[in-house]
Amino acid sequence: MIPSKLAYHRPNNVNEAIQMLQNYGDDCKILAGGHSLIPVLKQRLNDPEHLVDISGLTELKGIRDNEKSITIGAGTTHAEIANSTAVQQHAPMIAQAAASIGDVQVRNFGTIGGSIAHADPAADWPAVLLAADANVVIKNTGGTREVDIDQFFLGLFTTAVQEGEIITAIRIPKTAFNRNSTYVKFPHPASRFAVVGCAAAVAKEGGNVTAARVAFNGVSSKPFRDMGIEKGLKGNALNADTIAAATKNAAAEVSVMSDHFASEKYRRHLAGVYARRALGAL
Amino acid sequence: MKVQISVTVNGTNYQREVEPRMLLVHFLREELSLTGTHVGCDTSSCGACTVHLDGKALKSCTMLAVQANGKSITTIEGMATNGQLHPLQEGFHQEHGLQCGFCTPGMIMTAADLLANNSDPSEQEIREGLEGNFCRCTGYHNIVKSVQHAAKKMV
Repeated sequence: MIPSKLAYHRPNNVNEAIQMLQNYGDDCKILAGGHSLIPVLKQRLNDPEHLVDISGLTELKGIRDNEKSITIGAGTTHAEIANSTAVQQHAPMIAQAAASIGDVQVRNFGTIGGSIAHADPAADWPAVLLAADANVVIKNTGGTREVDIDQFFLGLFTTAVQEGEIITAIRIPKTAFNRNSTYVKFPHPASRFAVVGCAAAVAKEGGNVTAARVAFNGVSSKPFRDMGIEKGLKGNALNADTIAAATKNAAAEVSVMSDHFASEKYRRHLAGVYARRALGAL
Repeated sequence: MKVQISVTVNGTNYQREVEPRMLLVHFLREELSLTGTHVGCDTSSCGACTVHLDGKALKSCTMLAVQANGKSITTIEGMATNGQLHPLQEGFHQEHGLQCGFCTPGMIMTAADLLANNSDPSEQEIREGLEGNFCRCTGYHNIVKSVQHAAKKMV
């Protein structure tokens, strides 16, 4: 499969890239690791006339361990995130999700920024970033803005990123719930995309849950936090009874996807199973 | 509009003009006639097209040739040195790690990345390391033995 004809541009820095996005408007797509975009171009689901290749921009790469947060450059690969000791220590679910994406080859080149910009409902990043209370740093001609992850994923392949904007980084706060977190998924056997994935982050004091964030991907057309589960955990001891009661109606408040891999009923069932597995590990 | 690129493949520098939409795997096969890298599923799943880009395993059906500009690529043709098979090639030969052979170049390139990062992998680590490469003949058993053969030889 071969993409449609297109023009290729390689900016020298993020500002130049943004200028190119301004010039080419909606005929333009950003190319980073290419592991979401190139399959789309090959299937001709999208037909941009211009590609702006930001894969060489060093200012978008790397992981910074700050006092109150970890900042992951948008151009950082899944493999780099999986291997980061700072990420493993402060938000284990982020490292686990990174290590579970696709396969070695995909993790070597796919980037976190590219994946969340694409916003595939079955991708691994959305659930863990929702559970982590992350912020997405976005740059445009006017400067930089930060979007709360709860306002970032708007729907199927749709995010809060506007025309002419670039995701530059993802910020993970250093919190008690992120230090005690995990990500589990039922992977599709060929693609390794999540048929159902669940990220759970729980802070406890004196045995009782003080903060809980539980999010799913693969289940609905947009990744979501399950407020019912979170409410069911808060204030209670994190034991099998609490977990069973809280997850009984997992994914009850969303419209659940159905396809030839998994029916709506089966997916909703799996949401409960994977929520129990995630929470049981904390 | 074609774009000028310069890539080093198996130690040789090549300057070519390519269409930006050309996939790296097609560049290797059609422009450089290096047909050892195979196109299998063409959807980043099967791993038959795996090569190394700056030392890391990559599915070359999921990168444009222009993205490889200025970079160094190793393909299966670059694994043997002076007529001497690479220990992985020798392992696949000795341990019958292939039947039809279609997946073998990709298997070897991914296994080489694995061994570069872990010189003594367990069977489980080999199976996990090769999860992005599909073989429809062997059931993987002899492939694991082939990688173990190479790991022993390379120590």
